[in-house]
This record gives sequence, C-alpha cells and structure tokens, in this order.
Amino acid sequence: MDAETFGLLKDQLARYVEERLIPAEDAVEDGDDIPADIVAEFKAMGLFGLSVPEAYGGLGLTMAEEAQLVRTLCRASITFRSLIGTTVGIGSQGIMIDGTPEQKAEWLPKFATGEAIASFALTEPGAGSDAASLRAQAVRDGDFYRISGTKRYITNAPRATVFTLMARTDAQVKGAAGISAFIVPADSPGISLGKPDRKMGQRGAKTCDVILDDVLVPAANIIGGVPGQGFRTAMKVLDRGRIHIAAVALGMADRLIETSLAYAQSREQFGQAISQFQLVQAMLADMEVDRLTSEALLERTAARFDAGQATNRECSVLKLHASEAVGRIADKAVQIHGGAGYMAEYKVERFYRDVRLLRIYEGTSQIQQTIIAKAMLRGV
Amino acid sequence: MKVLVPVKRVVDYNVKVRVKSDQTGVELANIKMSMNPFDEIAVEEAIRLKEKGIATEVVVVSIGVQQCTETLRTALAMGADRGILVQTDVTTESLAVAKVLAKIAAEEAPGLIILGKQAIDDDANQTGQMLAGLLGWAQGTFASKVDPQGDTVNVTREIDGGLETVALKLPAIVTTDLRLNEPRYASLPNIMKAKSKPIANKTPADYGVDMTPRLTTLKVTEPAKRQAGIKVKSVDELVAKLKEMGAVA
Ligand SMILES: Cc1cc2nc3c(=O)[nH]c(=O)nc-3n(C[C@H](O)[C@H](O)[C@H](O)COP(=O)(O)OP(=O)(O)OC[C@H]3O[C@@H](n4cnc5c(N)ncnc54)[C@H](O)[C@@H]3O)c2cc1C
Repeated sequence: MDAETFGLLKDQLARYVEERLIPAEDAVEDGDDIPADIVAEFKAMGLFGLSVPEAYGGLGLTMAEEAQLVRTLCRASITFRSLIGTTVGIGSQGIMIDGTPEQKAEWLPKFATGEAIASFALTEPGAGSDAASLRAQAVRDGDFYRISGTKRYITNAPRATVFTLMARTDAQVKGAAGISAFIVPADSPGISLGKPDRKMGQRGAKTCDVILDDVLVPAANIIGGVPGQGFRTAMKVLDRGRIHIAAVALGMADRLIETSLAYAQSREQFGQAISQFQLVQAMLADMEVDRLTSEALLERTAARFDAGQATNRECSVLKLHASEAVGRIADKAVQIHGGAGYMAEYKVERFYRDVRLLRIYEGTSQIQQTIIAKAMLRGV
Repeated sequence: MKVLVPVKRVVDYNVKVRVKSDQTGVELANIKMSMNPFDEIAVEEAIRLKEKGIATEVVVVSIGVQQCTETLRTALAMGADRGILVQTDVTTESLAVAKVLAKIAAEEAPGLIILGKQAIDDDANQTGQMLAGLLGWAQGTFASKVDPQGDTVNVTREIDGGLETVALKLPAIVTTDLRLNEPRYASLPNIMKAKSKPIANKTPADYGVDMTPRLTTLKVTEPAKRQAGIKVKSVDELVAKLKEMGAVA
C-alpha cells in the first residue's frame, strides 16, 4: 500500500483508540464484556478484515502493515484486540493459507466484514504444549466425519461462527501426521460450550471449553481437502500468529512506557520528581531497550515473512523476546508507580495482569526456546 | 443539489504547540496535522445530506500546501465524492481563501457551501462570512441544525440567548458549530477506496487570486502562566475575597 494511504489508515485507527477505546477500558473491565456499540464500530470500520485479501473484501495488509495496525490498536486494552484477534489471525489463517478456493470463497468475505467470527481450536485438556498428542477423534462416515472431543481455553468460542478445529482423522497414526484441520460451524448439532473461564486478566475477552459430541462435518470441510495435513496447517498459522503477538506486545509496551514516563515526571518524593532519581531512570532506560529491541526484531521478521523468507526459528525468537520483554516492562511500570501501581485505579495494574498471557499462549516461552534450540542444533 | 465543503489542514487538536524561539509563530516541524475539527463536522453534515438523498454530490476543496491532499483524502474516505486542491505555499488568509472559494463556487454552482465556523489554528471565524459577502448569498453561521426544504434551508444557530432558526434562500452559506453532529470515523476499506477518487490540482493563479498575505504578525507568545491560587475556608470568605478584588459588587 502507498505510504500516504497507510498513514491515513494508521492515523484513523490511532484516533479511534485514543477517543473511543481507551475511555471505554474501565467499562470493559467492570462489565467483563465489550460493549455492543464498540463491536458494531469494529465491524463498520473494517477491523475484522485486516488480513483478508482485497479480492475477498478485506484490506489485504502485508504482515508488516498488519503488525503496525495491531500495535496501534493494542495501546488500548488487549481485550479489544481479542475481539478481532482470532478472526484476523489464528482462526481464519488456516483457511487463508491452506484452504481450497471454495473454502476461501465461502468464508473469507464473511470474515472481512465481521459477519462471521473465527476461532482456533487446537488445545485440549490433555494436550497443550504437546499439541500433536491431541485426542479429538474424527471418524469417517460416508461423505462426512463424526467428531468427538473436548477443546480447552478456546478464545472467542462464545462469539464464534466457525472453528478451525484440529482432530485426529487417522487413529492408527500417532502424533502430528494423523491430524486434520476442519472448518466446523459453531451451530453444528452436538457442539456445546463450557462455562466462561475465570481468568487472571483480559476481562472481557472470552475463553471456554468447546465440547464436541458426535458432530457431523462434511469431509469437504477439511482445510485444503487433504486429510493428515492439519498439524502442518496449525503450525503455519502459529508462525504467523507469533509475529502478530509481538505486535500486541509492542502496543502494550508503548502504553506502559508512556504511562510510566508521565507518572515518573509528575510524582514527587524527597522534594523532586521521582524521574530525577537515577534508579528510576535506569528502569525507564531498560524499558526503552526492551521496546526498541522488540521493535527492531518485529520489523525485520515481518519484512522477511512478507518476502517469504522468515523461518519458524525467527518467528519463535521474536515471540519469545517480545513477550518476555513486555513482561519486564509491565513489571517495571508497576514498580515506578509504587503503591499506585498495585491499585486498580491506575491502569498499569490491569496491564500487568493482561500481559502475563503473552508468555503462555500460542506456545509458551519454553516451547519457543525448544523450537529455537532444536533448529540451531539441526543447523536450520 | 451539490454541496461544497472547504477543509483546512491544521495542527492536530491533540498537539500541544510550542511557540518558536523567534516568536514568529508556532513550531510546525514534525507536528501532526489533521483536518480542522469544525470542517470535519461540515464534511459529516454534507455526507448525511447525501445519504438522505438531498445532496447529489459532495465536493471538498482545500487551499494550502501539497500535503492538503491528505486532508482531502480523509474527507473522501468519510464519503465525499471528489476533491479540489488549490496549492499554495504562502500563509492562507481568510479573505484570499474566500476569494478563491467564490471563484470555485461560480464554477461548481453548489446549492450549499458548508464551512467550519473557524479553524483552530488562527480562530479567525470570518471566511464563511466573507464568502457570503463576496457571493451575495444568505448565510447561517454557528449552525447546530441544517434542514434543507425545497429552495430554502432552515438553519438553527447557536447564539448567546439560546437557539435561533433562520430560513435562508438557496444557494446559501452555512458555518458549523460543535453540536451540529458527531463526525464518523472513516472505515479502513473506505480510506483505501478514497485513493481512486479524483482530486483536481489547481493553483490560486487558475482563479486569478493573489494570495500574498496582507497581515503582518508582530509577535506570537505563550499564554501567560497561571498564577498560584489560594484556598478559602468558607463561602463567606470567598464572597469577601471576590468583593475585595472587585469581582462582585
Ligand atoms: C487465555 C487463553 C487463551 C487461549 N486461547 C487458545 C485458543 O484460542 N486456541 C487454542 O487452541 N488454545 C488456546 N489457549 C491454550 C494455550 O495455547 C495453551 O495454554 C498453551 O499452549 C500451553 O499449554 P498448557 O496450558 O497445556 O500448558 P502445559 O503444556 O501443560 O505447560 C505447563 C508448563 O510446562 C512447560 N512445558 C511443557 N512442555 C515442555 C517442554 N517440552 N519443555 C519444556 N517445558 C515444557 C510449559 O512451558 C509450561 O511452563 C489459550 C490459553 C489461554 C490461557
């Protein structure tokens, strides 16, 4: 996209974040939900369509562009991002990356407008980091599959129109090769949802169990049409998702640093602004180092991703660094705020809880380290 | 009916401006610029008239530096149909702008010209009035409601005593006040589509207008720093203090 148009996009979003979303944060936290008028505005503004190609009615942003807008969006509570996160990212990307032309034509236009919301259902009670051990079973029955199993902590499940759902189509094959990715409409008979999860943070973002009991899904709903490719699809989705998560981390870092800087300059102790104390300055400087190193890595990885060159090692390095960095930034933000940082009235307390998730989902920090080191040892 | 909306590129209202050290103006280097908020209200009103089927076309015009195309694109993204950029690098003063707009009005023959009541940079609040004078058209300033009816437009004006509604014969000039409407956020797809809407590139010379500034700015200074106040313990003490200072009799 040309620089002028992209600049307008970013400005418009930044303004919306400042004027509408940041003032609505407390209502989201207290009400544990995103107000309906904001959901409608997200749709009207086209935010659900960031990553859908233009031919299907979306904006067709590159990864580098998407990352910039996601960063802009995440200056406001990450809960707002969660509304579009799965439809822009992990819930729809399986279809975007590996879907058949028919699957794309059916779903992408609806994702672009927000008419359909997508969720990504990989994790199970017994399969988290070891996703390839998942147990949900899909048994062939003529032109259909019958799927049974339980999916855990599924973001946006209560809002979803459709799930990208990984299930085992070949019971004989243990591990990744027996897994297929299905497009499962959320209103399919046999699907039920667990109670909404009570979480440490990100109030207003919705996760819950998804329970499938003999759910009939057409065989044509296997993403890409070929069984046994589902785990590979899921991993491609997660590689891209890791870049997206780094952009989330940077948006949160921006807000935390901006808030801490303002507080440090206005709070006085010992007769001067606390920003005058070198120990406070050291915290500010460390925060900035963590932000800029994440930014540099994000820009590089996103550009290489757009050029088709990013390896999954690089995506993991980025996710690991950015999510750990923003964790340190949030910790220092609370420290700089002193007692106020522990109080709900000051926003850093909420950010501190919200940001904790970034080191856990879409691959824990330990899983990223494992991916990175294994790639190094294999020499790739 | 065609609606013409002039839009000005100004320092974004969120920016805290700093006075240049030589006191000739405010620092503009690397400062975020946006559409004047009152003009945004004007664009929104024009688009609403179009959505109601009253306006047939919304034309936006900006007079100023090349980057005013961004301001025009924002208006096009909100829903205006086409833009006119009158490019000039000199400081735009109200009268010169009104003269250019009068020429454009003669060419475009709009039924309504909706302007912001003032621009937040120089707060002049006179371009609409000057334009009405040059064209000899009726004017309804500080509008909080605009309601076209056949060949007239009823404009509700915010005045000191309350609200006044005037009926103006079309074509007419309207200037917007804050409460007229709440401008929409341009949708991201519409921002992208705005790229292919036409913008005509003109210069003041095309309209035979000399933009050379006639005003000289002597000095620009920061507002005086607020002096520290005092606390009073009771209403009686407050009244006594106010009397002492001559603020109440
Ligand atoms: C709020 C929230 C939203 C989520 N949304 C989704 C969603 O939309 N879709 C979805 O499919 N999933 C989702 N998840 C699931 C998430 O991806 C998993 O929780 C995550 O992958 C970790 O799995 P686990 O919870 O089973 O932890 P475990 O895998 O049990 O890990 C526990 C600990 O052991 C460590 N560990 C595990 N294996 C190894 C190893 N080989 N080497 C070293 N350390 C190891 C981990 O790093 C961690 O510290 C969500 C989770 C949360 C909390």
